[in-house]
Amino acid sequence: MNISTSMIVLIAVMGLFGVGLYCLLITRNLIRLLVGLQIMVKGAMLLLVFVGQSQGQPSLGQSMALTVIVADTIVAVIGLALAVQVKRIVGTLDIADISKLKR
Amino acid sequence: MWHFIILVGILFCSYQAVRDKRLLVSAIWLAGTSALVSIMMYLIGAYQIAVIELSVGAGLVTVLFVFAINIAGDEPIPNLSFIPKWLARIFAVMAILLIGWQLLPLLDFPINLNQDEGFQQLVWENRKADLYLQVVMIFAGVISMLRLLTDEYQIRILHKEVQE
Repeated sequence: MNISTSMIVLIAVMGLFGVGLYCLLITRNLIRLLVGLQIMVKGAMLLLVFVGQSQGQPSLGQSMALTVIVADTIVAVIGLALAVQVKRIVGTLDIADISKLKR
Repeated sequence: MWHFIILVGILFCSYQAVRDKRLLVSAIWLAGTSALVSIMMYLIGAYQIAVIELSVGAGLVTVLFVFAINIAGDEPIPNLSFIPKWLARIFAVMAILLIGWQLLPLLDFPINLNQDEGFQQLVWENRKADLYLQVVMIFAGVISMLRLLTDEYQIRILHKEVQE
C-alpha cells in the first residue's frame, strides 16, 4: 500500500489530537493538563499548515498557524503561572483537591 | 521514508509525554514532539512557521515548563483519573475516528511545495488586526505572569511604599 505524504500528515494530526485528549481525560495534575493541551494544539497547528499547503494558500495557513502559536504560548505562560500560584497557596497540583475549594 | 520516521517519532514522543510519571521528563518529551512537528512542517514546505515553532514551541515553552516544574515541584499524584482509563481510551479513539472522517476529503489534495511570496505581505499588511492582537496578547501574558508570580507579601510592601 502506497502511503502518501498527505496521509502521513493527517495520521500525525489525528494521533496528536487523540493523545492530547486522552491526557486531558485521565490526568489530575495541573501541569500535565497543560502538556495535553499543548499536544492537541500542535495537531491543530499542523492541520492548519497542511490545509494551507494543499489548498494552494500556504501563506494563509502559515499566518493562521502563527496566530495559534502565539495564543498557545500565552495560554501556557498563564496556565503555568496559575499552577505555581495554586501550588503556593493550596499546596497541591491535584485537580481533585483544587476543585474542593469551590464548595 | 523520512515522513514516516518523523510520524512514528511524533506519536512516540507525544505518548511518552503523557505516560511518563515525572513531569520534568514529560516536558522534555513534549519538546521532542514540538521539534519533530516543526520538522514535519518543514518537509511539507512551511519553512517560516517551522522555524518559529522550533524556537517557540520547542525552546521557549520547554524553558517555561522546566521553570514552573522547578518552582512547583514534581509531587506524586495518585494515578486515579476522574473517569476509568478504558473509557478515556474509547473517547480518544472515537475523537480520532471522527477527525479522520472529517479529514478524509483532504487526502485527495497533494501537498504543494511551491511557496508563494505573500507570507510577509499577508502577515504584515493583510492581517494587521491579527498582528496587533498578538502584540496585545503577548503584553497581557507577560503582565499576567508577572502579577501571578509576585508574592502577596511583595505586593503589600509595594502598596505600602506607594501609599507612603
